[in-house]
Amino acid sequence: MKAENKKGSIFTRVSDTNLLLAITIVIFFLMYLGAIIFQGEGFLKPQKFFDILNNNSALIITACGMSLVMITGSIDISVGGVVALVSTCCAVYLDFHEGSIFGSILIAIGVGLAYGLVQGFLIAYLDIQPFIVSLAGMFFARGMSTIVHTAHFNVASTVFNGLKNTRINVPGMGSVNRKGIYIPAYVEIGVIVALVIVVLLFILLRWTKLGRNFYAVGGNKQSALMLGINVKKTKFLAHLICGVLAGIAGYVYLLHVGSSSADNAMGMEMNAIASSIIGGTMLTGGVGNIVGTLFGVLSLSTIQNIVSGAGLGDAWWTGITIAGMLCIFLVIQSVVMAQKKSALK
Amino acid sequence: MNENRILEMRGIDKTFPGVRALQGVDFSLNAGEIHALMGENGAGKSTLIKVLTGVYTKDGGTISLKDTGEVQIHSPQDAQKFGISTVYQEITLCPNLTVAENMYIGRGEGSLTNWKKMNADAAKLLASLDIPAKATQQLASCSIAVQQMVAIARAVDMECKVLILDEPTSSLDEQEVEKLFGLMRDLKARGVGIIFVTHFLDQVYEVCDKITVLRDGQLVGEYEIKDLPRVQLVAKMLGKEMDDLSDIKGEQGGYHGDDAGEDVFEATGLQSDAGIKPFDFHIRKGEVNGFTGLLGSGRSECVRAIFGADRVLQGTTKMHGKPVKIAKPVDAMKNGIAYLPEDRKVDGIVGDLSVRDNIILALQVLTGFFKPFSKAQANAFADEYIKKLNIKTASADTPIKSLSGGNQQKVILARWLLMHPEYLILDEPTRGIDVGTKVDIQKLVLELASEGMSVTFISSETDEMLRTCSRLVVMRDRKVVGELSGEDLTQNKIMSTIAGGESKA
Repeated sequence: MKAENKKGSIFTRVSDTNLLLAITIVIFFLMYLGAIIFQGEGFLKPQKFFDILNNNSALIITACGMSLVMITGSIDISVGGVVALVSTCCAVYLDFHEGSIFGSILIAIGVGLAYGLVQGFLIAYLDIQPFIVSLAGMFFARGMSTIVHTAHFNVASTVFNGLKNTRINVPGMGSVNRKGIYIPAYVEIGVIVALVIVVLLFILLRWTKLGRNFYAVGGNKQSALMLGINVKKTKFLAHLICGVLAGIAGYVYLLHVGSSSADNAMGMEMNAIASSIIGGTMLTGGVGNIVGTLFGVLSLSTIQNIVSGAGLGDAWWTGITIAGMLCIFLVIQSVVMAQKKSALK
Repeated sequence: MNENRILEMRGIDKTFPGVRALQGVDFSLNAGEIHALMGENGAGKSTLIKVLTGVYTKDGGTISLKDTGEVQIHSPQDAQKFGISTVYQEITLCPNLTVAENMYIGRGEGSLTNWKKMNADAAKLLASLDIPAKATQQLASCSIAVQQMVAIARAVDMECKVLILDEPTSSLDEQEVEKLFGLMRDLKARGVGIIFVTHFLDQVYEVCDKITVLRDGQLVGEYEIKDLPRVQLVAKMLGKEMDDLSDIKGEQGGYHGDDAGEDVFEATGLQSDAGIKPFDFHIRKGEVNGFTGLLGSGRSECVRAIFGADRVLQGTTKMHGKPVKIAKPVDAMKNGIAYLPEDRKVDGIVGDLSVRDNIILALQVLTGFFKPFSKAQANAFADEYIKKLNIKTASADTPIKSLSGGNQQKVILARWLLMHPEYLILDEPTRGIDVGTKVDIQKLVLELASEGMSVTFISSETDEMLRTCSRLVVMRDRKVVGELSGEDLTQNKIMSTIAGGESKA
C-alpha cells in the first residue's frame, strides 16, 4: 500500500511532457545497448553514432519544426517537399548561375519563409484545415522541384563541395583502425546547425512566453483565447518557424548529399512526424519536447541501422520495423498516461 | 458619471441569426459592490457578459469605464487591458500547463518566462487565498473546484477593477463556496466591482448588494437587495408569480397500479472500477428515489454502475426479479433503463446535430442504424416532445449547441422519454438551469412516476431532492451509509446521516 502511494506521487509530480521525454530517452539507450549486444563492434565505435547524426541532420531540423506545430495542435506535411524544392533550387543556383554560398543560403531561407508565411496565414487566419493546406503545399513543392530541374545531378561548385566535405573532429572521440592508425570521429557542418537549432528551440519552448503560448494553444485553444493569448498569431508563428526550419533543413540536406533531384527527401515529412511522436510529442497538441524529438530521430535511425545491419536492407523491412516501433511507443505512452490518470484518482 | 461608478453599459444590442439576444440593456457597476446578474436561461446574461469581455462584438450601445471613458472591447485581451477579468463556469485554463503558468500566461511584460519568480509569486498567492494546490503541479491533476479557484486567483492577481464570476459555484461544494465568498468579500473591501452570475438564490442573498434582472434579452430592472424579497425576485425572473414550490409532491397522487410496490430493478453488491464500495440498491414501480451526499461522495458513480457506463467489477442486477447482465449502456437501454448524465456537454449532447437528431438518437441506436426513421416519423417525434417539454428552439432543425443550457437539458430528457423507459435515472438534471425550468423538470418527474415509471433522481440541492423523492440513499466517501424514507426525510436528518459516521468509525 505504501509503495503504491509513493508511485502515485511520482506520477503526479512529473508533467506529461517530462514523463514522455524520460520514456523516450530510456528506450533509446536500451535500443542502442541492444544494437551493441546483437550487432557487435560497429556500434561501439563513436563514429557509428556520429554518422547517425550526419545522415539525419536535416531530419532533426524538420522534426523540430514538426514538433513545434504539433505542440500547437496543428500539422505540416509539406516539409519533405520544401526540403526537395530548396535543395534543387540551391543546386541549380550554385551550378548553372554560378551563385555564391551566401546567395544560396538566402534562397533556402527565403523559400522556407515564403512557405511558412503562406501556409501559416491560410491555417491561422483563414482557419483552413492544416492537413489540407500542407497537403497542397507538399504537392506544389514536389511539382515545382521538377519544374526547376528534372534530372539528377551532382553539385560541382568547389566552394560548396569544400563546405560539404568539411569534417569537424569531435575532441576525445575516435577509434583505431586495423592498421593501427587513430581516426578521430567527426561530424559535418549540418550537425552543428541542427544542434544549434535544437538548443534554440528548447530555449524558445521552455523559457519564452511565446514558447509557453504554443503549449497553451495546443492544450486548449478556447482557454488560451480566454487567457488573453493571441491564438491566431501563435499558430501563425508556429507554422512560420516550421517553414523556415524546413528551408534550412533543405540546405543542410543538400550539404549532406551534394546532389539535386526532385526525389530528394522523399517521405521525410512522415519520418519527421514519426520522430516527433516517438519523442513524446502528442498529435493532439499541448505535450511535447524538443530534446525528445532529437532522441526520436536517433531512435528511428538506430532501428533503421539495426535492420539494415541484420541484412534486411529492403525498404519494406525498414518500413515494417518503423511501423512496429511506432505502435510500441504509442502503446507505452498510452499505458503510462493511463497509469498516471489512475494514480491521480 | 457617478463618482463611484466604474462600469456603465448603455443600450446594448446584440442579434444572432434568428434571435435578438439583447435589446437595449443597461447595466452599471460601482466600485466595491457585488452585483448579481439574474435571469432564466436564455435571458441574455451570458451574452451580456460575453459582450463585456469582448468574446462577442456588440451591435449597438456603449460601454464606459471610470478611467478611460467610452471604450471599444474587441477581444478578451482588450478586456484584460481595461481591467475586466472573467472566471467562467466551464474551466477556461489549459490542463497541460502548471498551476503557476495558468495564473500568469498571456500577460505581463517581456518575452521571457522567469520560472523561479513565477512559481514563487504563484505559491505566495495560492497560500494567501488558501488554495490547496502546488504552483508547479500540472493543472489537470487538480480537482475541478481547485481549478476554478486557480482561475479566480489569476483574476485576483491581475488587479482587475471589474471581476466577472459566471456561475463559479456550480461545481463547488459548500465549504469551497464559503471560501469563495470570503474571497469575494475581501476583494469587495479592496474596491473591486464584482458581477456575480448564479442560479443559487441563497448565494445571491448571502453576498450580493444589488441585483439586475434580465428576461428575454431585456432589462427588467436594477434593485437593492433589501428591496427585493426572494419571491419577488423569482417572479421578476419568470415574469409571473411562481407556483408554491414546496407543495408539488402533495399534488401528485403517486402511482396506484396493481403492481405498485414491486421491485423494478434490484442490484446486490454492485461495484464498478470508479472506486465505489459495493452497494445494494432497489427501486419499486412508480417510485422516485435518490442518491444524496456531498460532491464526490460517489452518487454519480453508483448510477453509472447501474447503467453500465463504468466497468462493473462485481455484483448482480435483476429486472422484475429476473437476473440480467448489464455490462455496457446498450444492455441497460435494452432492459428499459435510461440515464441522463451529469455533464451534458461531455456525455450528452452532440452539438452539431439538430434538435431532432439529438432527440431520436437513443431510439435509433436501439432499433439499429440500418433501419433509419423516415423524416416524417422523426419530425413527429421531435415536434411532440418539443411541445410536451416546452423546449425553446427556433425549429427542430436548429443545432442543439445554439440552445441555452436548460433547453439542451430538456432535449436530452426528451431523448430518453421517447424510449418509454421503465426506469429513468436523472443525474443532476437541474444543475446550472433556471428556477422555472427546474420546477418544470421536478413536476415532470413526479408526473412520470404517477404514470408508473421508476425514477432515480440525483441533485446537489437537498431541498429539491426532498420535494421529489420518497426515499433517499445517503452516501459518504464512496460508500452507502444510510437510507431515509417517510418521516425521516428532513434536511436535518440528511445532514446528520451524511456527517454522522464520525462517531461510528
